[in-house]
Amino acid sequence: MTIESNTTSSLANPAEAAAGCWSCGTMRAVHFCSSCGKVQPPRPVDYFMFFALPRKLNLDTALLEREFYELSRKLHPDLCARADKREQEWSLEQSSLLNDAYRTLKDPIKRTEYLLRLEGVELEEQSKTATEKARATGEIKKQVVPPDLLEEVFELNMQLEELRMQKKLGEDDPALIEEIGKHKLGLEEKYESLSKELKTDWDDWDRLSDDATEEVRRRVCDKMVDLLNRRSYIRNLVRDVNEALEI
Amino acid sequence: MSSDRIVGIDLGTTNSLVAFMQGESPVVIPGEDGLNLVPSVVALDERDQIIVGNAARKYLIETPERAVYSIKRLMGRGLEDIREEIQLFPFRLAPDLQAGEVLRISLGQQTFTPPEISAFILRQLKRNAERFFNAPVTKAVITVPAYFNDAQRQATKDAGRIAGLEVLRLVNEPTAASLAYGLDKKQNGIVAVYDLGGGTFDISILKLHDGIFEVIATNGDTHLGGDDIDNLLIRIAIDDIRGDANLDVSRNSEVVATIRKAVIEAKIALSSSPQTTLDIELPQGKRYQREITREQFEQLIQPIIDRTVGPCKQALKDAGLKPPQIDEVVLVGGSTRIPKVRALVEELFQRKPHTDLNPDEVVALGAAVQANILGGGSEATENMLLLDVTPLSLGIEVAGGVTDKIILRNSTIPASATQYYTTQIDGQANVAIHVLQGERELAKDCRSLARFDLKGIPPMTAGMPRIEVKFLIDANGILHVSAREQRSGKESEIEVQPSYGLTDDQVEGMILDSFDYAEEDFRQRQVIEARNETDTILAALEKGKKSPAWGQLTGDEKKKIAKLEKALIQVKAEDDHGAIRKAIDALNQGTMRLAELMMDTAVSTALKGKTMDQADMGEGSETGHPVARADFE
Repeated sequence: MTIESNTTSSLANPAEAAAGCWSCGTMRAVHFCSSCGKVQPPRPVDYFMFFALPRKLNLDTALLEREFYELSRKLHPDLCARADKREQEWSLEQSSLLNDAYRTLKDPIKRTEYLLRLEGVELEEQSKTATEKARATGEIKKQVVPPDLLEEVFELNMQLEELRMQKKLGEDDPALIEEIGKHKLGLEEKYESLSKELKTDWDDWDRLSDDATEEVRRRVCDKMVDLLNRRSYIRNLVRDVNEALEI
Repeated sequence: MSSDRIVGIDLGTTNSLVAFMQGESPVVIPGEDGLNLVPSVVALDERDQIIVGNAARKYLIETPERAVYSIKRLMGRGLEDIREEIQLFPFRLAPDLQAGEVLRISLGQQTFTPPEISAFILRQLKRNAERFFNAPVTKAVITVPAYFNDAQRQATKDAGRIAGLEVLRLVNEPTAASLAYGLDKKQNGIVAVYDLGGGTFDISILKLHDGIFEVIATNGDTHLGGDDIDNLLIRIAIDDIRGDANLDVSRNSEVVATIRKAVIEAKIALSSSPQTTLDIELPQGKRYQREITREQFEQLIQPIIDRTVGPCKQALKDAGLKPPQIDEVVLVGGSTRIPKVRALVEELFQRKPHTDLNPDEVVALGAAVQANILGGGSEATENMLLLDVTPLSLGIEVAGGVTDKIILRNSTIPASATQYYTTQIDGQANVAIHVLQGERELAKDCRSLARFDLKGIPPMTAGMPRIEVKFLIDANGILHVSAREQRSGKESEIEVQPSYGLTDDQVEGMILDSFDYAEEDFRQRQVIEARNETDTILAALEKGKKSPAWGQLTGDEKKKIAKLEKALIQVKAEDDHGAIRKAIDALNQGTMRLAELMMDTAVSTALKGKTMDQADMGEGSETGHPVARADFE
């Protein structure tokens, strides 16, 4: 690992962004010059802007992949190994930005979370601080149980507790394991259906016009936050079940 | 463009190779002995000269305390994480080694760090390439196991620098192999590369798409390979000898080295024949003989090769693929010659693996392909681009000793993550950051990369400063960190204490030290050149003695030449190139009249009825003044 004392911003002055290619001066594509191919200094853009995409959630991932490959062929450091130091630096930053953007956007959940963050929802930080606090105090992180799951989770937790007990004593209760297995199947189905539900939320978001009020936007965002929370809750629950069954 | 010649180097645990792109295909550059493989063995001979490769192998048995092998296992590692290695391998740690210090290995009375020992190997490869091109080589692509962590990569890069090489790129070994393989095939699909070498195991799954080699997932074990099989067999042999011959040879390093050689030979033999015999001479005139069948061998090694299954399954899971979705499986590394390993791979991936490329050479060939791409490419590599991943997650230690992962494993590199830090008490000027690499939940179970302080934070109330720290993994898989305090816009000074590895100053020092060795190399080359010149001049003199001109010399002149000739022959045997040169010059002076007379003879022969052409001035100059030959150099 190397540490750079370099602390200047890597981002170019936005005013400069409108100017021509630093090398040949002609018109240019965003990340590289369309005329001479030189890599341009990175500009402060979000991941959607990086791919020249609107801030929408329905996305053609095959097209995104093609775009990713095309841009990789222009920006990757391997292609700038003989360029001057400055262009090599830009190539490193541009291609890391490209990779970060592609990794985030190609994954439906990461894409949704990212958009929510862009919209000012501190999704990750909230859950992160909560997790850290819980870890620091040694407690198990308390998650709000989605109301529609309350009854089922209560029953499942009782059964899991019983199962752990039995395993400790070296006993085996096939009926209980079957019961838990049924719950697990049900949870997995719910998990699947949430993905479909998310698609509806995406459509709602994508249909919003540019002049939609803050309140309308917030409402759609909140729906997605709620859905993502339920989703991660179920995922953790399934993980617990798997662990209990494996021990 | 000879100065731009970039070579590809496979710095292996057992063998190392150097290759380059000749026209449109990569070729391995052989050593002086004509062999492609340079054993990764370094020894110090009786005159304290460094010997590398095949020539160094005899020292493993004759003077084991002056030789080292498998040094790659120690690259980028600390004293506390090599306990196991030290038990299994005859590494001789420097007696004064302190905990927390970079490892140093004893060779005779001297000690060297693992990067320095690797640099000796690299320098030998560099020399082989320079001899091949007859021009200096200063740039290289070096391969590393895909599962190497940051410290191991940094150590490899340091080794390159110490050897006088600019390391343009570290390429993951299985990925390099896929490049060499893909060069032939030019097709799209999913490829799994199973790489079981001398000391490391990697599995990489790639997507090939119109020349783009995109790694989707990688996994492995940097301490698993043919070495482990050898050690197992050695242990069994030692136990047998204790039982049969009532001899404890475990502390006799010469006998252990002999056993090691024998079991390696047996292991190799068992890949092609159903049984073989171990036959080892022991002290006290005793002898150890044992038949071993392939079946027994396979049973013994099963637990070792089974350790490759977990990483393969994890890589498939990470890639989101099932075995039938893999289009091709490629085998890399000498240990994949073992039939049982091939059977295991076939079972795992449900298809017959490819074995058409030499598993010992394919990584070096791929490195040469990557070197060609970095050098601007050619027709063969047009459109080829490698998109590799980081094998391990990068994390930061947060409250409670927990790892907060900020760049997940299998992220395409270069990759970056930005973290924001603040202060917890008023006026706090420093924030400590602990950077980790690994998959485990707790910081103590992950690999510590570095601890550093953000210093000089302007005095503010707690929670006010907003320090942006950017973590960037470059295309070599090496981490870079930069920081900035955003509210004041003031630069934050960063002080680093790398957990392992050499500081920049230490590397600089080693580069300087290496000049001594380079000088030694240079001196040796001069001696060799002077000796060659001596041979040439003595041959010319022999020819002169047979020419009519010899008879025209006086007895004194002949006596003087004989004396000078004797002096030159005598000094030739010594290692002083200056003395040899002086003797050559003296003989040149002493034979001046002979040369003139020979030249006259040649000219007068020509005038006696031959044309100038037929007089053959070429021949004349060769039999003429010996100094002429020397000037050709």
